Amino acid sequence: MPFHYAPAPESRSIVDIESNYGLFIGGSFSEPSSGEFFKTINPATEEVLSEVAEAGQADVDAAVAAARRAYDKTWSKMSGKDRGKYIFRIARLIQERSRELAVLETLDNGKPIRESRDVDLPLVAAHFFYHAGWADKLEFAGYGPDPKSLGVAAQVIPWNFPLLMLAWKVAPALACGNTVVLKPAETTPLTALAFADICQQAGLPPGVVNIITGAGETGRMLVEHPDVDKVAFTGSTEVGKAIQRAVAGTKKKLTLELGGKAANIVFDDAPIDQAIEGIVNGIYFNQGHVCCAGSRLLLQESVADEALASLKRRLTTLRLGDPLDKNTDIGAINSSMQLSKIEELTASGEAEGAERWSPTCPIPDKGFWFPPTVFTNVTQAHRIAREEIFGPVLSVLTFRTPEEAVAKANNTPFGLSAGIWTEKGSRILWMANQMRAGIVWANTFNRFDPTSPFGGFKESGFGREGGVQGLGAYLNVEDPS
Amino acid sequence: MSRVDVRKTHKLFIGGAFPRSESGRTYEVTDSKEQFLANMALASRKDARDAVLAARSAVAKWSAATAYNRGQVLYRIAEVMEGRREQFISEVSDSEGVSSRKAGAHVDAAIDRWVWYAGWADKYAQVIGNTNPVAGPFFNFSVPEPTGVVAAVAPQDASVLGLVSVVAPIIVTGNAVIVMPSSSRPIPAITLAECLATSDVPPGVVNILTGAPAEVMPWLAEHADVNALDLTGIVDEGVAADLERSAAGTVKRVRGAAPHADWHATPSLSRMRAFVEVKTVWHPMGV
Amino acid sequence: MDNSTLTGLLHGLPGVDQVGLEGRAATLATRSIKKDSKIWAIDTAISMVDLTTLEGMDTDGKVRALCTKALHPDPTDPACPAVAAVCVYGDLVATTRTCVGDRVHVAAVATAFPSGRASMDVKLMDTKQAVADGADEIDMVIDRGAFLAGNYAKVFEEIVAVKEACGDAHLKVILETGELKTYDNVRRAGWLAMQAGADFIKTSTGKVSPAATLPVTLLMLEAVRDFADQTGTRIGVKAAGGIKTSKDAIRYLVMVNETVGEDWLNPDMFRFGASSLLNDLLMQRQRMRDGHYSGPDYVTID
Repeated sequence: MPFHYAPAPESRSIVDIESNYGLFIGGSFSEPSSGEFFKTINPATEEVLSEVAEAGQADVDAAVAAARRAYDKTWSKMSGKDRGKYIFRIARLIQERSRELAVLETLDNGKPIRESRDVDLPLVAAHFFYHAGWADKLEFAGYGPDPKSLGVAAQVIPWNFPLLMLAWKVAPALACGNTVVLKPAETTPLTALAFADICQQAGLPPGVVNIITGAGETGRMLVEHPDVDKVAFTGSTEVGKAIQRAVAGTKKKLTLELGGKAANIVFDDAPIDQAIEGIVNGIYFNQGHVCCAGSRLLLQESVADEALASLKRRLTTLRLGDPLDKNTDIGAINSSMQLSKIEELTASGEAEGAERWSPTCPIPDKGFWFPPTVFTNVTQAHRIAREEIFGPVLSVLTFRTPEEAVAKANNTPFGLSAGIWTEKGSRILWMANQMRAGIVWANTFNRFDPTSPFGGFKESGFGREGGVQGLGAYLNVEDPS
Repeated sequence: MSRVDVRKTHKLFIGGAFPRSESGRTYEVTDSKEQFLANMALASRKDARDAVLAARSAVAKWSAATAYNRGQVLYRIAEVMEGRREQFISEVSDSEGVSSRKAGAHVDAAIDRWVWYAGWADKYAQVIGNTNPVAGPFFNFSVPEPTGVVAAVAPQDASVLGLVSVVAPIIVTGNAVIVMPSSSRPIPAITLAECLATSDVPPGVVNILTGAPAEVMPWLAEHADVNALDLTGIVDEGVAADLERSAAGTVKRVRGAAPHADWHATPSLSRMRAFVEVKTVWHPMGV
Repeated sequence: MDNSTLTGLLHGLPGVDQVGLEGRAATLATRSIKKDSKIWAIDTAISMVDLTTLEGMDTDGKVRALCTKALHPDPTDPACPAVAAVCVYGDLVATTRTCVGDRVHVAAVATAFPSGRASMDVKLMDTKQAVADGADEIDMVIDRGAFLAGNYAKVFEEIVAVKEACGDAHLKVILETGELKTYDNVRRAGWLAMQAGADFIKTSTGKVSPAATLPVTLLMLEAVRDFADQTGTRIGVKAAGGIKTSKDAIRYLVMVNETVGEDWLNPDMFRFGASSLLNDLLMQRQRMRDGHYSGPDYVTID
């Protein structure tokens, strides 16, 4: 009898989802001025989870005003020590409610519970812990003896790691003394709204964190608001460029974390079994909805066939299905819109002559799904080698020499991350030195830590999040005096 | 008729447990009005020897713990201390003869000091370590590593705040410590030990020996398995000089006496720098 | 094969990244095996146990008790599967065979187990005597000193000679991973053992810590998989020492399932070398059957 794994669902009962949510402004929830709400669904089942408010201009104005008032009257006057203590409280509450938040994230986003439980939530708590400790130590961070905050930060985040992206934005902003208005992505608002509840439980002064839900229009109104001092955006390169244009000519500070098309480079002397895991993790973790995904596999030509055979064999053990099942590896695609984009680009791959392969994968009837897919015989000129698919689709190219690997890896307008697999230490360092990418992973992939700065070169954006370098985005460090 | 209270026996804190001194000795501690407070254990050289063993066996695992984990543990100490704030205030007030309000400020500062150092655990390496742009095709980086086992003397006054200010920077950087608290005001140190014992601090990371530094410290200063000394609380300059001379026999790192520092002031990085060793690594970069 | 050729072969094997290997084992350990799949896994694990006693104070009495347990592990349930084998020192093989008949295998440790520090003649004699007394499986130890000194040919030749001395008995080769220390060494030793004719590669004697671990066993499963791909020959894996709970055992089965697949999920291809594990498996089996947690009074000491 084959060893099948019986369903092992994580219980939903730990989460209490309201039928609708207002906007979190000035410390409490209020109705949107337009009275408009929109639905958020579970992409694995298409079930409606809740309705959330559509913030209009009046709401954006109110949120920015609340953030400004909290900044002027409370937060900018508070000692770093006290700010830090509030952030420590938030970190602790996140740890306490970790399971609940992980289940909620999985329901709203579609990612496997194992990932939200073991990757997302621990990192969320860690980000708040790390930044809490900086709040009263900014004079040691290398930005001068008394670095000042910027004021009100407008933050727009994507749907791929909703609560984690919130942590990456809110934690440093608060630690550095700013107040925030944050807009979560329209398909994944629920963990941000739970975070609002955590801010209340922590006793955070009203207005320091404001959460307003809405779609692209709300985001645009927020970043264009004249009383915002700082804009932080993570999302597509296309929208990032629009924001950069909108902010031009204003005094707003801007950081952007945009798309990527990372090269994952495997040499003939790679520790092959671990490299296969790294490849799989690089593109199939989080269904490939990762800006730094290793979406271009560059295999040294001399070992390409062998490596591909091992990779395909490994892919047959990936389990696609109910994200709440603890044994699921590949969850749902976040939305029907994203699924269409993935389908369009994969169709182009076939049309342009690349060879497509997927393991046999039973697909559930409802919800949005895409099986893990590998394209071989891909070259730099294919669309699937140039454009970000943001799905579980790997494009495999080959190279002959280290120099060629470098040239191909760098031959892209993106520059977020890269992976290098070789047992030779000096080659790792030489390659890392050549990569035009903000993060280089050697013999590993998709490792994140609040102490480790994250951000891109070129059209993958500018500015860093995390680490000492990440603090600079939220401090007034360009003041000529 | 008021309730007859249950009085505490004050013992040493070694290897996560509370043993009496192997010598069986005690000494009397009084409050600021010369009233009897308690018999404290009077630590001997053998207790010091045992404490060094406990510290050494704890260091490998503590220094290998992630910085995040050490930060979590230190923050937990603050949480537990906060829960026992009233007890600390009453003990500080009795020991030091200050008002509850002043004792409260002292205890609050001590709790906040743990929080301050907890926040350093995952940052000091970023500030004290760095990469070095050497003139050649080498990747060169410097990292701070814990020195190992530190023997320390806490200030004679500032019974809690001074003690925390000495101990926290030593352990946040991955070291284990044997500390002698104030000999005249040791009671809050035992309450602190109880907090440490219930805060996920691994046994042996902090060891507390109550007694006479002048008697015990010379043994620790000469002990070949102690890596560094912190003489902060030594008041007598002659005693400090003698200890520094003894330390020279095994080239220990020594942080000098500073018995009357302003413990309320925000610390600098010097107490963390004092107990790390900087290791620099070179690696060629080439295909 | 001369030593320098063998060295070239072994040193040319792919390297193993420790952090990556341990990370993969840890992720596989998060699989949640419940309900009917858990019942199946427990029964399968029981049928894979080499129930073991390897103590200086072993006697015929002790061995008889172990054999009875091996044949009928759960006195409250005759449907409980028997174990795969009873594993003893060579001088107790005859007693063991008398007790178990042909119903389970009889495995003898040999070649100056556990240290392996004796002359070749003594090691071969140890092996032949055990086989003559009725052992149908031999668990030998490799010469770790020779391996660490780079004398791969000596290790190789010993395995070949012991395999010959086994006759029809099947040979498990113990690598003693706790003494090999690095995963690269384990990969090389495992490959060497397979090339030399092992029927099974086994992690440990159980006398050195660490014994079996999830990552080291994962590595050995990967080696066995690659060897099967390259040569068509399927070698078994035995994880021995330090496996105490059903939860651990199930994790090993998950690893087998997702690395080498179903064909290895039977006692002919995978074994657990254990003593106290069996009682935990039995208690978990009782819990699945009865719906409440069991206790030590409801399983027998052997």
